[in-house]
Amino acid sequence: MGRRAGWIAFASTLATFGLLGWLVVNAPNWPSVQQSFFRGDEFESALPAVIWAFRVNVQLFLIAEVLILGLGLGIAVLRSLPGAVFFPVRLLAIGYVDVFRALPGVLVIFFLGLGVPSLRLPGVPSDPFFWGVMALTLIYSAYVSEVYRAGIESIHPSQEAAARSLGLTRAQSMRYVILPQAVRRVIPPLLNDFIGLQKDTVLVSFIGVVEIFRTAQIRQAAHFNFTPYLAVALVFLLLTLPLTRVTDWLLARDRARSSAGARP
Amino acid sequence: MTAVTSTPALRISGLRKSFGELVVLDGIDLEVAEHEVVCLIGASGSGKSTLLRCINLLEPIDAGRIDVGGQEITAPGANVDRVRRRIGIVFQAFNLFPHLRVLDNVTLAPRKVLGQSRDEAEAAATELLRRFGLADKRLEYPDRLSGGQQQRVAIVRALAMKPELMLLDEITSALDPELIAEVLDLVRELAKTGMTMVIATHEMGFARDVADRICFLDGGRILEQGPPAKLLSAPVEPRTQQFLQRVIAAGRL
Repeated sequence: MGRRAGWIAFASTLATFGLLGWLVVNAPNWPSVQQSFFRGDEFESALPAVIWAFRVNVQLFLIAEVLILGLGLGIAVLRSLPGAVFFPVRLLAIGYVDVFRALPGVLVIFFLGLGVPSLRLPGVPSDPFFWGVMALTLIYSAYVSEVYRAGIESIHPSQEAAARSLGLTRAQSMRYVILPQAVRRVIPPLLNDFIGLQKDTVLVSFIGVVEIFRTAQIRQAAHFNFTPYLAVALVFLLLTLPLTRVTDWLLARDRARSSAGARP
Repeated sequence: MTAVTSTPALRISGLRKSFGELVVLDGIDLEVAEHEVVCLIGASGSGKSTLLRCINLLEPIDAGRIDVGGQEITAPGANVDRVRRRIGIVFQAFNLFPHLRVLDNVTLAPRKVLGQSRDEAEAAATELLRRFGLADKRLEYPDRLSGGQQQRVAIVRALAMKPELMLLDEITSALDPELIAEVLDLVRELAKTGMTMVIATHEMGFARDVADRICFLDGGRILEQGPPAKLLSAPVEPRTQQFLQRVIAAGRL
């Protein structure tokens, strides 16, 4: 953009958003909206507590994501095993994916987080955080395995033929030829699922994990004010927006590298 | 030429292969001696590619047997991975691994299959690449190379496994005309070193230069075979004559 065009864009943006802001603030019901959603003092006091509680969500999605990437990949690979012998394995993998993609996530979370501990089986933990991670892992692994599978199937069979013709075993072809290409192709959808997972960590509040949403809810109930939710929204925006930008950047870099060649 | 004293490098007998109803190979018998170069010619769909893919066990066969170096590779329970180490194949579409640099394309199999160390494999690969004029491309990714360069890398990749038999499956068919020569020169060079090769090709001039023997495939059978001079100049079978006339009309001989 030229210097002149830059100034025009700046001025027009300022005018547009200024007008929109003016319209909102001068709407007839603005004061009551502001009172329950946008109270500065509520926001200020809620923000530190909300951010502190967010560490629980971070733990939830980081631990779960590691498990999901492993389990999802495992299921995708099992599902791609050829031959009659592996039919039951494929059947199990397909059944797993079908079930956990069909069920509402909250149902799985309640079932595991409240149902399983109520059995009081010896050796089975009752910690809601543990079951929260398990439930999220089970749900998201089903989605992620489908993403991996799409990636694996997008690699042309001639790649496997080339690998096998060199004497690589099926497993080696998968490991060194198919998966590296497949995973690279599906990084954007994987990151999409990761963002989904981050947001779904708030569902774990329903089985008693005090995390960011539960913390905001407690404050909302105590002060009859929704501003703490605004703080929660802000935290999620600040987390996921950069992540989507990173995804785009990764993709662009990958494209640039393969078209510009590698300089040693 | 056709040595009959020692064990043939490749012996195919009674090979049959169908895809569903379609019979692609209908009783192929072929012997290739060590250091011999055999070219397979014939119209598209005559079974040349399928024959090569069967030899490399990329396609299961329906009947017959294939021996490589005196060992039956089509025996039930034969270790296909071990068989493939001994046979190199180069495809029409190169099939390089796009996520790996040239050097890693070449060293992957020696390292993972033969268990060579990285240093050992890279030294050998660099030497091979240098020999075929690709040394300066060793750190490039395949999509930065011309088609001719990619195909030469694919040949080097197969050679790195030190195969006793090379199968070339129409390796110039996907190339622009001006890139064909560099690839064919490499194959000529290989022939001079005594590499045993079975080559499916549409390049009749090249077949005449490089082949010890040419086989004309038609309808899944080897209809006629002989030394290039004889088969290309004085074919006996009417089908062969017809095919060669069409090739000449297309200006490819």
